[in-house]
Amino acid sequence: MTLAQSRSYRVIGTRPVRHDGVDKVTGRAQYGADVRLPGMLYGCVVRSPYPHARLRAIDTSRAAAHPGVKAVITGADMPAIDTNAVADLGEGAIELKFASLLIMARDKVVFRGQPVAAVAAVSPQAAAEAARLVEVDYEPLPVVTDALAAMEPGSPRVHDDLYTVVPGGSRRDSPSNIALHVQYERGDVEAGFAGADVVVEREFRTAMVHQGYIEPQNATAAWEPGGRLTVWTSTQGAFSVRQQLSDLLQIPVGRIKVVPMEIGGGFGGKIQVYLEPLAALLSRKAGRPVKMWMSRAEVFTATGPGPATYIRLKMGVTRTGDLTAAAMRLVYDAGAFPGSPVGSACITGLSPYRIPHFRIDGFDVVTNKPRVQAYRAPGAPPAAFAVETVLDELAEAIGMDPIELRLRNAAAEGDRMTNGVAFNRIGFKEVLVAAKNHPHYRAPLPPGATGRGVAAGFWMNGRGTSTVHLTFNPDGTVNLIEGSTDIGGSRASLAMIVAEELGLDAHDVKPVVADTDSVGHTDVTGGSRVTYSTGVACHRAALDAIAQLKPRAAQLLDANPGDVEFGGGEFWVSSEPRRRIGIKEVIAKLGKTGGPIVARGVSRGLAMAPGFGVHIADVRVDPETGKVDVVRYTAVQDAGKAIHPTYVEGQLQGGAAQGVGLALFEEYVFEDGILRNPSFLDYRMPTALDLPMIDTVIVEVPASDGPYGVRGVGEVPIVPPAAAIANAIYRAAGVRLRQLPMTPENVWRALAGRDAALPSTPKAAPDAAMAATKERRAEPPGTSG
Amino acid sequence: MDPFDYAAPSSLDEAIRLLAEADGAARPLAGGTDLIPQLSEGRRRARLVVDVKNIPELRQLRFHPAEGLTIGAAVTCAELAESPVVRQLYPAVADACSLIGSVLIQHRASLGGNLANAAPSADGVPPLIVHRAAVRIAGPDGVREMPVEDVCVGPGMTALAPGELIVAFRISPPPEATSSCYVRFTPRQEMDIAVAGAAAAVTVDPSTGLCRTAVIALSAVAPTPVRAPEAEAYLAGKPLTDPHLEAAARLAVRSAQPISDVRASADYRRHLVTVVTRRALLGARNRLAADGRHGTSPGAAGPKEGLSGVAEGGR
Amino acid sequence: MSRKVAVEAVINGAPQAFVCEPRQTLLEVLREGLGLTGTKEGCGNGNCGACCVLLDGRPVPSCLVLAVEAAGRDILTVEGLAEGELHPLQQAFLEHGALQCGICTPGFLIAAKALLDKNPQPAEQEARAWLAGNLCRCTGYDKIIRAVLDAAGRLRSVDPNPKEEAHPA
Repeated sequence: MTLAQSRSYRVIGTRPVRHDGVDKVTGRAQYGADVRLPGMLYGCVVRSPYPHARLRAIDTSRAAAHPGVKAVITGADMPAIDTNAVADLGEGAIELKFASLLIMARDKVVFRGQPVAAVAAVSPQAAAEAARLVEVDYEPLPVVTDALAAMEPGSPRVHDDLYTVVPGGSRRDSPSNIALHVQYERGDVEAGFAGADVVVEREFRTAMVHQGYIEPQNATAAWEPGGRLTVWTSTQGAFSVRQQLSDLLQIPVGRIKVVPMEIGGGFGGKIQVYLEPLAALLSRKAGRPVKMWMSRAEVFTATGPGPATYIRLKMGVTRTGDLTAAAMRLVYDAGAFPGSPVGSACITGLSPYRIPHFRIDGFDVVTNKPRVQAYRAPGAPPAAFAVETVLDELAEAIGMDPIELRLRNAAAEGDRMTNGVAFNRIGFKEVLVAAKNHPHYRAPLPPGATGRGVAAGFWMNGRGTSTVHLTFNPDGTVNLIEGSTDIGGSRASLAMIVAEELGLDAHDVKPVVADTDSVGHTDVTGGSRVTYSTGVACHRAALDAIAQLKPRAAQLLDANPGDVEFGGGEFWVSSEPRRRIGIKEVIAKLGKTGGPIVARGVSRGLAMAPGFGVHIADVRVDPETGKVDVVRYTAVQDAGKAIHPTYVEGQLQGGAAQGVGLALFEEYVFEDGILRNPSFLDYRMPTALDLPMIDTVIVEVPASDGPYGVRGVGEVPIVPPAAAIANAIYRAAGVRLRQLPMTPENVWRALAGRDAALPSTPKAAPDAAMAATKERRAEPPGTSG
Repeated sequence: MDPFDYAAPSSLDEAIRLLAEADGAARPLAGGTDLIPQLSEGRRRARLVVDVKNIPELRQLRFHPAEGLTIGAAVTCAELAESPVVRQLYPAVADACSLIGSVLIQHRASLGGNLANAAPSADGVPPLIVHRAAVRIAGPDGVREMPVEDVCVGPGMTALAPGELIVAFRISPPPEATSSCYVRFTPRQEMDIAVAGAAAAVTVDPSTGLCRTAVIALSAVAPTPVRAPEAEAYLAGKPLTDPHLEAAARLAVRSAQPISDVRASADYRRHLVTVVTRRALLGARNRLAADGRHGTSPGAAGPKEGLSGVAEGGR
Repeated sequence: MSRKVAVEAVINGAPQAFVCEPRQTLLEVLREGLGLTGTKEGCGNGNCGACCVLLDGRPVPSCLVLAVEAAGRDILTVEGLAEGELHPLQQAFLEHGALQCGICTPGFLIAAKALLDKNPQPAEQEARAWLAGNLCRCTGYDKIIRAVLDAAGRLRSVDPNPKEEAHPA
């Protein structure tokens, strides 16, 4: 259903002010924590101070007797889940029985910060005081926090009933911390390496990192006497929250209404419910609405960050630049319950390249740490960090420009991803060419110890299901009722699609993000799916509207509906084009031509619309302190078609900034399972002073499906930065960093480990000083990291 | 946060009385940037919080050519960073005040609070030490004065007796041909805690250009802010050339007893002592040089340029 | 529970009386007590800037101010920024797309207003330094900084005699 590319647009590609903008710059927009209800109580969670312990007893009597306390709950109030059912979170999944324990521990705690009880009281202070009065008898157990250690047979076991699922789907019969072993294989790997002129094998480690949304998790619940539950929350998916509540509390979906409030960032971290079920149970017990929100320390310790990873990667290339083989072993730390994104890492890392022979082994491993959740392109950044730095080494070894090496091996339509699925139309080569031709790539480096690096990134992009309804107002405007949480301007892009098709102005369409009672099922805002999938639903709804409006226009034009055509916001009689009427007038006169209409659009089962990006980073390395500054940055990405270019740019810039964060600053620091830096002071996200302006280039290679060729853009830009910066550091300072974050101390250590001083003339990225080497360079892993 | 009562006395006597009556259960509140998080996280407790910002002595900021500078304990860092006299005569103090926390924090935080909190990483203390500041302390037994250098006795611990309150800092006018600089290293440019920091004040003999005295104090590399006496002694009588500054910076490491923690290893901190000390000395020297008369202008201090992560203040 | 205290302050230009416990922060009273929920809580300990308000014209994190300290003071929150029409900063944020999720926006607007009140012509690095206490996780700051610099230009063109630059950098 792709339209001809010659089509010109009136609204798409323009930059109107977003529809929710005024509310958000005036403080009127209502986020989850802004909910205020009559008689509302405040909830507080009692959390385990131990990363691993048996719960011997919980005594809530003192807490319950504290002044102002209206309800106390423990694990005993949570329904038991005894199925093996899996909750599909849209981005990632979790077994229900584990999800239930993640919400509230029962017999033992498996990470520090796991809830063991919760309290509702008349003020936040009273609730916090009462929470401290809950007495819990813990029996501490041995702790394991490193995934590699957790894989060892003698390691402490996080769960006694977890059995490894091996390739093929069967389960091993002795318990293990390895939840899953996933494997992809093609060709003959050994033969592939034998055919290479250069082989490089390296080890990589990346730290657990947090999404870092500025708004903490929150939930307000009102359990009405009739058994109906309403929950107001900041979530990426109201329907997902409704389903999770139904599963976890064992009540029918039809009795639950979830009202999605404005959301202060999510990046994958606000799909899993945490507070919602607790607020609901407290409300049921207290008979009053209960509001809860997390402190920042709770967000860090008890929500779901992205995984710590260990990756070993071996790749081979011929001297002419053809990749011959790859072997990749990925260990992803899921935290306390299975479900790391190692599966997507096994796909995203190597799929951008044609590699005839490969074997990929991925392991999902549990430890006594917070259970990970989706974080922007879940699993992809660590895998790309490995692949894109090894490619950089290979390019240098054979004396080839690093973008040229990628271009030579870049996947195109018809090539199969590592999981065997063939790409439809993709724009990887176009993005690489755009990066290569960008002035940044050829510009001289700024003076000082500076270097330039490039890296690519890939994400499959989500699809899923979306529903929208259109209703019509007597002034000719249109209400767009949709279910996609607006996390970064999607109201505007969706309204623009409807406006484009109806021939209206962007602000003639009024987008409303509706609650779960008021719009059809819509999957989460995540995986870069909204502008694509909900956009298709909007397009279909607009076409439905035109079809329904046509007979009304015919009435007003005194013509046969079959003779009426539509375009550019006007209906006309095909035989007499001068007899025409504007769509606003037709809408305004609906009452006179037969009454209201409702248009609808549903999307599901769309073809995939994969996204690719290439980033160019210039860094300066302080040779004395090891501190790395990003001094110039360009992000190039295929957007298929940019509906609202400002917000496409914003996604590229924001993703790049998060990527810079995980590259240089951000990490969870654990000591014996205790997170030592649960604050924005010591978990260092980049500030405005840590970043330069971020230049963007939007490439438009239309996706195979959808009316405009739109591709999601949100995930990809977090994927390339770590490798782009690592490659730039190498050019600037001569050291290869293979551990994230590349903190000043880590860079300093790498610099100190070198035998020579800094190169006097820093190498620029396209520099191809090294001649092609014939000998193998198979260094044992770990010797040069 | 546990409940507490609040008082905002308008006189020093009243404040001292309130603090004394609470028998150790009262906490003075200036900017609250340390105290309020400590109370809300349960790291400190108080039955009474005494807001000292209405007390004139704690809010004064005045300079007298003969007596020098008086900084009330509750004067905000933002006020100090903006003060022309502080910027000119005590530039290391202005440096620190424009680095602590963020601009928002600087509009609340005070040097009195910074000293009373006694964090080893306190940015505000080394500059006071190198300017040989004295602190005036009021308590039930009257007013006493002591060198700022002697106040911190351990992490979070001071020489203040129960019920005592920091009233003001007093800094003599700097000798002719003196300048100073504070430099710290942080992974982020701002919103961060010093991994290592150094303040340096140098006085040269205007006729010879040789160093008369150098005072160096380090932050975040010992249980308290510490002087670097060997480095100071080395520089006395020498020209402030790059090699001498480097040699002094290397000697400064001998005064550091860093620990490894979540922010850095002891090794790295030890290494950074040399870097920040040299850069602080360079900064002070360059400020002197920027003023042709070897006078007391803060001079040019392109603070962030080329000193990545090692920020001087003075924007 | 400690004694409650009656406080009178001027909030967004209007006298306002409220009763609070001494341990309540200004942030909590603004949000939960007075319904001024435009001021956001991101961290509760002064590290993110989402709760920035002007206290007697000075930008401060309201999570580090006790509500009782507001007695007799003048407070500006994001709700008071627009006077009839949007403030040029608000307009510039909209036109530049300087917000995505919008949770940090009120804090940025207030902190940026304090900057422009003090320095009507900030350089890019000055704006970045001033706003380094305000975290944004969505935008990478690019469009925020552009919007602030653009708003500075608009304010200057509105007012032919801008305030003296209080503080030459």
